[in-house]
Amino acid sequence: MYNTKLGKWFIPVVGGLAFVYLLVPIVYIFVFSFNDGGKSNLQWKSFTLDNWKNPCGAPGACESLVNSLSVGAVATIIATALGTAVAIGLVRYKFRFRSTADLLIILPLATPEVVLGASLLAQFLNLGWDLGYWTVIIAHVMFCMSFVIVTVRARVAGLDDRLEEAAADLYAGPVQRFWKITFPMLIPGIVAAALLSFAMSFDDFIITNFNSGTFSTFPKFVYVAAARGIPAQANVIGSAMFIIALLIVIIGQVVSYRRKKALAARG
Amino acid sequence: MSAPADLKRAAKRADLRSPEEIRAEKKKGRMGAWLILPGMLYMALFFAAPVVVLLSMSLFVKPEGADLGEFVPGWNFGTYAEVWGRYWPVLLRSFVFALIATIAALIIAFPMAYLVAVRLRGKPLLKGILLVLLIAPFFSSFILRTQAWKQILADEGWIVQTLKAVAILPADGSLTATPFAVICGLTYNFLPFMMLPIYASLERLDTRLLEASGDLYASPAQTFMKVTLPQSMPGVFAGTLLTFIPAAGDYVNAAILGNNRDTSMIGQVIDSRFFKVIDYPGAAALSFILMVCILILVLIYIRRFGTKDLF
Amino acid sequence: MSTTATHESSPEVNAGSGADLVLSGISKHFADFTAVQELDLVIPSGTFIALLGPSGCGKTTTLRMIAGLEAPTSGTISIGGEDMTRLPSHKRPVNTVFQSYALFPHMSILDNVAFGLKQRKDKDAIAKAKAGLEMVELAHLANRKPAQLSGGQQQRVALARALVNRPRVLLLDEPLGALDMKLRRQMQVELKKIQMDVGLTFIHVTHDQEEAMTMADVVAVMNQGRIEQMGSPRELYELPRTAFVANFLGKSNLMEGTVVADAGPAIVVDVAGQRLELLKERAVATEGKIVVGVRPEKMRIAELDRPDFQHAGNQLVGTVTDASFTGVSTEYLVDVPGVGVVGTFTQNLGQDPARPGDQVCMSWEPEYTFGLGADEDLEAGVQAS
Repeated sequence: MYNTKLGKWFIPVVGGLAFVYLLVPIVYIFVFSFNDGGKSNLQWKSFTLDNWKNPCGAPGACESLVNSLSVGAVATIIATALGTAVAIGLVRYKFRFRSTADLLIILPLATPEVVLGASLLAQFLNLGWDLGYWTVIIAHVMFCMSFVIVTVRARVAGLDDRLEEAAADLYAGPVQRFWKITFPMLIPGIVAAALLSFAMSFDDFIITNFNSGTFSTFPKFVYVAAARGIPAQANVIGSAMFIIALLIVIIGQVVSYRRKKALAARG
Repeated sequence: MSAPADLKRAAKRADLRSPEEIRAEKKKGRMGAWLILPGMLYMALFFAAPVVVLLSMSLFVKPEGADLGEFVPGWNFGTYAEVWGRYWPVLLRSFVFALIATIAALIIAFPMAYLVAVRLRGKPLLKGILLVLLIAPFFSSFILRTQAWKQILADEGWIVQTLKAVAILPADGSLTATPFAVICGLTYNFLPFMMLPIYASLERLDTRLLEASGDLYASPAQTFMKVTLPQSMPGVFAGTLLTFIPAAGDYVNAAILGNNRDTSMIGQVIDSRFFKVIDYPGAAALSFILMVCILILVLIYIRRFGTKDLF
Repeated sequence: MSTTATHESSPEVNAGSGADLVLSGISKHFADFTAVQELDLVIPSGTFIALLGPSGCGKTTTLRMIAGLEAPTSGTISIGGEDMTRLPSHKRPVNTVFQSYALFPHMSILDNVAFGLKQRKDKDAIAKAKAGLEMVELAHLANRKPAQLSGGQQQRVALARALVNRPRVLLLDEPLGALDMKLRRQMQVELKKIQMDVGLTFIHVTHDQEEAMTMADVVAVMNQGRIEQMGSPRELYELPRTAFVANFLGKSNLMEGTVVADAGPAIVVDVAGQRLELLKERAVATEGKIVVGVRPEKMRIAELDRPDFQHAGNQLVGTVTDASFTGVSTEYLVDVPGVGVVGTFTQNLGQDPARPGDQVCMSWEPEYTFGLGADEDLEAGVQAS
C-alpha cells in the first residue's frame, strides 16, 4: 500500500487539492480586500490600501464585528463552563435520568439549525422576551454546549482513574484531587472545546438570524449587505480575522513544538 | 484496572457493599447531580421546551378577520397537511442536495484526513498548520466565503469564461443560480465537519496493520477496503451525520448561490414563512416535519451502519 | 541508585520505624466472588513482607484495602493501634508504589515527588523531594516530565514519590512487573537495600516467587482470598504445609501414600509399594492416607546397574522418560510405576548423564521429606511454564 506509486502520489495530490479548494474563497476575499471597487466590490477595478487603512469605513461593519466577538466570548465561556461540568458529571457519576440527559445532549446535534433557530424564536415570542444581544447569547450557548459536552466527555472518559487513586494515596482529598489532577489533565480538551465553540458562535448565521431582532453580528451584516453588494471592508475584516486566527494557532503550535524539541534535545 | 470498576458495578447489583461504600456512592451521586443540573436545566429550557413550544405553535389557528401574524392557540392539524402538500418537493430536494453534498464531501475529505492523519505522522508542524487551515476559515465568515464563490463562479468570471472558451459549458450556460452551484456550496461549507471526525479516527490507525495486510497478499485496494476503511468507520459515520443534518436544513447556500426556480431548499421556505409571510404555524409545522424526517433518517442510518460510541 | 546513596544525602533514611500493621478478620466480597476471606495478618513494624500468589488470589485487593482505595466488607485494619478501617485513603499514613507507577503526566518529576509533601503542607517539600530524587539518583532529571523517562526511571520516581512522605507502611503493587528481567533483578536488590536503610514496613505484592523470596523477610502465600502459609522464605520452601505452597513456591514431587508404621520420631509411609520414611514434625498428618512430598533437588539419581550404586534413605525406582541438559545441570523426568512422573536433576559434575529408557533409582534423606494432608489437590499451584 505504502510503496505503490499510485498510493504514494494519489493521497498527497488529492488531499492537497482539497486544501486548495478550501482556501480558494479565502484568497479571493483577501485579494478583493485590496479592490478599489466602490460600494459593491463585484468587479476588480484597481489596487488600493484604503480599505485596510480604514476597515471601519463601511457603516455598521465594525460594530457588527465587535458584537460577534462579544457574543462569541460570552457564549463560549458559559457553554464551556456548563458543558465541562456536565461532561464530568456524566462520566464520573451514576444517576437516574441518564438517558434523558444523553438525549438532551445529542438531539440538538441532530437538529438542523433552522429548526433550532425557529423553536427558540417561538420560545422567545412565547415568553415575550425582546430579541437582541442576550437572546443571541442564549441561542449560542445552547448549540455550543452540546459540542463542548461531546468533546470534553471523550477526554474525561480517557482519564486514568489510577492517577486519582495515586493522588488520594498521596494525601490529596477529593477537592485537591479534582483541581490538581483531573482538571489540569482536562485542560487541552477544554481549550479545544472552547476554541470550537468560539469558531462556531462567531460564524453562526442561521440561528442568530432567527433570534437577534435588530441586533447585528458580522455574518448577519455580510448577509444583509450581500443584497446591495458587500463593501470591501467586510473582506478586510474577514481576511484579518482569518489571519489573526491562523497566527495565534500557528504561534502556539510552533512554541509548543520548539519546547518539545528542546526537551527532547536535553536528553 | 478496569476490573475494580466492573467489580464495583457488580457489587452494586448484589448490594454486598459495606455501609461506608453505599454512603460514599450516594454522596457521589448527589455530587454528580449538582454537576450536570445547571447544564441540563439550560438544555431543557432552551432546547426541549422550545421544541414543545414550536410544536404547539404549529397547531395555532388563525381566527376570522385576524391581522397579519395574529394567531390563537388551537389544534389545527390542517396546517401540516397544507404545508406538506405544498412543500414536499422542496423537502425532497433538500434531502437530495444534502445527500449529494455529503457524498461529495466524503470523497474530498477522506484523502485530506488521510494525508494529515497518516501521511504526515511525525511531521507535527506541517500537520498542525493544515489542521489550522481547516478551522481558520470559520473566522472569515461562511457567508463571505459563499458570496466569494458566487463571484468566482459568476458569468463574467474567468472560470465560466474559460469553460465556455473550451466549450465545456454552452455559450448561454452559467454556473451560479444552478443546483450545481448550491450543491458545491453545501459541499464546501460543511467539508470541515466531515474531515475532522475522519481525521480523528484515522489518527488512531496503526500503520503496521497496513503493512501486515500487504504482507498477507492484499492489494492496496483490498487493504484500503478491508483495513483502512473499517478502521475509519466511526469517523466516517460521525462526519456524514455532521454534514448531512446541517446541509439538509441550510438555506444560505441556496439563497446566495441558487435561483428562485429549481434550487430552493426547505430552510429558505421556513425562513420566509417566519419573516416574510408571517405564517408562524406553517413555519413551525415545516420545522417540525423537517426535524422528524431527519430524526427518522438518522435513526435508520444508525440502525443500519451505526456504532454505539458515536458521540 | 547505587551504593553511593548514603545516609548523609537523604534525610528519609533516618525515618523512624513504622508501627505494627494489624488486619483482623478482613473480608472483601464482590457480587460474584469473594476476593479476600477472613484474613488475619499482623505485620511487625520494619518488616519486608511479600504477599505472593497467582493473579486473582486477593493480594492486590488486600493491598488496596490497606491503602484505603477499597473498603473491606468486614474486619478492621489498624496501624500502631489506631483503627484505620474507616479512614479515607488521603488520611492514612500509608503510601503506595503503583504497578503502572501512576505518575502525574502533567507535572515535572520534582513536582510529582513533592506532591504528597505539599498536600501535607510540608514547608521543606521541595528540598525533601530533591533529596528523595537524589536517593534514587534521578536528581538530574527533576524538571523532566514522566513521559520522557524510561520505565526503570519512572519506577524509581514512583518509589521516591512514596518514600519521601515517610509513611508508616509502604505498599508496593507489583512495582517491578513492567521492567525487563535484568532491570528487575537490579531493582530487587536496590529495593531491599533501601528498605533496610529506611527501616520502614514494606508490603510487596507479587506473583513472582523468586522475587518474593529474594527480597522479603516474610512471605505470605495467598490463594483464593486466604493466606495459605506465612513464614520466612526458607521455612516456606523447606517445609510447605499445603500442596499449593509446595507447587507454587518452587517445584515439588507429591505422592499419595498410606502410613503403615510408627517409628518413634518418624513414620513410615507406603507409596506404591515403596516404604518412605518421614519425620512426624514435618508432617501435617501422621495417620492414614497422607501426601508425601520432596523437592527435586534433594534427590540423587543413580543408574541401577552402576557398580557404585548404594542404597540409602528413601528410594524410588523408575524409568527415565526425558533428560534435558541445561548446562549447569541435567533435568530428568522419571516414570515411577504406581506413582507417576517424578522430576529431579543432577548438578553437572562431569558425570555421564542417564538417558531416556535407563532404569534409575532416586534416593534422598528422610529429613527432607514433608507430609501433607490427604485431601490436598496434588496439582494445586502448579505453574504452567
